[in-house]
Amino acid sequence: MLEIKNLHVKLEEEDKQILKGVNLTVEAGKVHAIMGPNGSGKSTLSYVLSGKDGYEVTEGSATLAGEELLELEPEERAALGVFLAFQYPVEIPGVGNMTFLRTAVNAQRKARGEEELSASDFLKVVREKAKTLKIDADMLKRPVNVGFSGGEKKRNEILQMAMLEPKMCILDETDSGLDVDAMKLVADGVNALRDEGRGFLVITHYQRLLDHIKPDVVHIMADGRIIKTGGPELALEVENNGYADILAEVA
Amino acid sequence: MALPELKQTTTEARLASLSLPTGGCLEGARRAAISRVQTTGLPDRRDEYWKYTRPDTFTAAEAPKAAVFDSGEEPMFDSFDRIKIVFVDGVFDPAASDDLTLEGVSIERLADLAAKDIHWSKDIYGVLEARGQSPVERPLAALNTGYATDGVVIHVTGRPSKPINLVYRHQNDSSDAILHHVVKVDSGAEATLLENGPAASRFNHVMEIDIADTGALHLVRAQGRDHELRTATHLFARLGRESVFKSFTLTVNGVLTRNEAVIEFLGDDAIAHVAGACVGDGDFHHDDTVFVTHDAVNCESRQVFKKVLRNGATGVFQGKILVKEGAQKTDGYQISQSLLLDDDSQFLAKPELEIYADDVACSHGSTSGAIDEDGLFYLRSRGVPEAEATDLMTLAFLAEAVEEIDGADIAASINDRLYGWLARRR
Ligand SMILES: Nc1ncnc2c1ncn2[C@@H]1O[C@H](COP(=O)(O)OP(=O)(O)OP(=O)(O)O)[C@@H](O)[C@H]1O
Ligand SMILES: [Mg+2]
Repeated sequence: MLEIKNLHVKLEEEDKQILKGVNLTVEAGKVHAIMGPNGSGKSTLSYVLSGKDGYEVTEGSATLAGEELLELEPEERAALGVFLAFQYPVEIPGVGNMTFLRTAVNAQRKARGEEELSASDFLKVVREKAKTLKIDADMLKRPVNVGFSGGEKKRNEILQMAMLEPKMCILDETDSGLDVDAMKLVADGVNALRDEGRGFLVITHYQRLLDHIKPDVVHIMADGRIIKTGGPELALEVENNGYADILAEVA
Repeated sequence: MALPELKQTTTEARLASLSLPTGGCLEGARRAAISRVQTTGLPDRRDEYWKYTRPDTFTAAEAPKAAVFDSGEEPMFDSFDRIKIVFVDGVFDPAASDDLTLEGVSIERLADLAAKDIHWSKDIYGVLEARGQSPVERPLAALNTGYATDGVVIHVTGRPSKPINLVYRHQNDSSDAILHHVVKVDSGAEATLLENGPAASRFNHVMEIDIADTGALHLVRAQGRDHELRTATHLFARLGRESVFKSFTLTVNGVLTRNEAVIEFLGDDAIAHVAGACVGDGDFHHDDTVFVTHDAVNCESRQVFKKVLRNGATGVFQGKILVKEGAQKTDGYQISQSLLLDDDSQFLAKPELEIYADDVACSHGSTSGAIDEDGLFYLRSRGVPEAEATDLMTLAFLAEAVEEIDGADIAASINDRLYGWLARRR
C-alpha cells in the first residue's frame, strides 16, 4: 500500500536535515505503529506524506498503491486515499463542521470522477457515524474544531476519517489528550475501518492505544531513521524500559 | 478665521450646487448645519482626519459617474419577512415600498416634515450630528443635515414583529443622493433595521440614533455591489442607561467608501458593538472611521473590523476609544485586521485610546496578514482544492466580524454574499 524508500527531508527555510533515510512499507490490511523519542521526526514524516509546505525532499520516494506521492498537491494525495489525523487539529472559525465535511467528501468524489453525495444521503451517513463516536448534533453544527476540547478534536478527526474512507490512514498521536473512555471510542472507530484494502500508520508514545488497536508491526524511529522494527512485543519493551536500551543497541 | 483659499472655493462650489429644502420644523437645524459647513469648510487631503482617504470626489460639485450594475441575483434580505422602504437614486418610491404601518413603530418620510411645524424629531435631527462635530469635524455630515432631500424618521415605541428594511436602488449612472434618517428608540423598545443596496452614484448618508434607557437597536447594512460607487456614511448614536446598539456593515466593491460611526455613552451599563466586513478587489478604497466616547459607568464597547484586500485594494481604519473622567469600569475592545491577498494591497490603521479614568479595561489590536497556512493545509489535506480552501479560510478570517450579527438568518445571508464574491474570483 504505502512504500517509503530512503526518504531524506530537510527544512526548506534552514539547513536542517530531519529525515535521514526512512525505509518503511505498510501492506494493505495491516496496522503499523511508529514509536520514538520526541523530536525524532515522526510528525515530519506524516506531514511530508500528506504534502505540507516547508519541507524539501532531498532524496528518496514515497508511493501509494504504486503512485508517486511526493510531487502531488495535498488535495490530490487526499483524493488518492492519504489521510492524516493531526497531532494538533486546526480550528477554523466561520466554517461549519458539517459544511466542511461535505465539501471535503464531495471534492474527493469529484476528483475521483465519482458522483457527489446528495445533501440527504450525506446527512444520513454523518449522523450515523457521528453517533458511534458520540459526537452530538451541536458539535456538527459548530465551526470546525472551534471551542472543541482536546478529546473532541481527536474524535472529530476520526469522524472525518470515517467519512472519507481513505486507503492509507496516518494517525499522529491521536491518543494524546484522550480520557480512557474516549480512547476506547477512538480505537473502536479505527478498528471499524480496518479491512483488507486499507493500511494504517499509527504514531504513538504509549502502549495503551496499542492495547486497543493491535498493531501487526512496530517501528522505532530515532534521529530521522527507523532504527528497529519488530512485532507488538517491541512496544511493550519501550513501555517497560524506555528507549535507552534500543538506542544503545544500534549505536 | 478665513479658510484656506482652495478649501473655500471647493466648499462654495459644492454648496452652490445644492438647494436648501425649506419649511417645517427642521429648517432651523438645516440652516445651522450649513453655517457649520461654511465655518469648517469641506474636508480636503490636508486634513489630518482625511490623511488616508482622499475626499475630493465626496466634495466635488458634481457626482462622478458610476455605471449601474445588474447582478441578476435576488437582492439581499428579499426572502425576509420585513417592511420594505425603497429609495431609487435617493428618491422615495412609494409604489415599490410596503405600507408603513406596523405595531410598535411609527415610520414617516423626512420630506413630509417640511409641512410640519412640530415634530419629535426636531430634538434629534442635526443635534446628534452637531454633537459629533467635536473633537473632530465631520463636515460631510453637516452638509447632509443641511441638504438631505429625504430619509425616514422612525420612532420605535415597542417591539415590532419584523425588521424595517431600507432598500436602496441605483438606476441612474450620475445620481447624487443625500439621505438623512432619524431613529428614536423608546425605553424598553427594540427593533432591527436593515439597509441594503447601492443608493446612487454618489451617496451621502447620515443616520442619527437616539436610544433611551433599556432600549435596543440592531442595524445591519449591506452596501451595494456596483463597482464605481462613492459612499460616505455617518452613524451618530447616543445611548441611555442599559441600552444596546449593535451595528454591522458589509461592503463588497465600490470604488470609495468611508463609513464613520460616532457612539456616545450617556447612561450607565450600556452596550455598543460596531462591526464591519469588507472585501475589495483592485480599484477599491475602504475606510472605517469610528469614535466611541465613554461618559458613563460600566459600559461595553466593541469595534470589530475585518478587511479582505486584493489586487491593490486599500483598507483604512481609524478607531478611537475616548474614556472620560469618571467613566469607570469601561470595557472597551477594538480590533481591526486585514487579510492581504497580494503584495499590492495595503492596510492603513490608526487605533487610538485616550483614557481619563483609572478603573477601565481597554484593548486594541491591529494586524495585517496573509491566509493562515496551517488552516489552509488542514483543509487541503482533506481533499478541498486550494482555491476553495482559500475561500473558506477567508471566510474564517471574516468570521469574528460576521459573528457580531445577532440574527442567524441575517448572518447566513451575509456569509452567502461573501462566499459568492470570493467564488466569482477563483
Ligand atoms: N517547521 C520546522 N521548523 C523548525 N524545526 C522543525 C520544523 N519541523 C520540524 N522541526 C524539527 O524537526 C525535529 C522533528 O520534529 P517532529 O515534530 O517531526 O518530531 P516528533 O517525532 O513528531 O516529536 P514528538 O514526539 O514530540 O511529537 C524536531 O527537532 C523539530 O524541532
Ligand atoms: Mg509529533
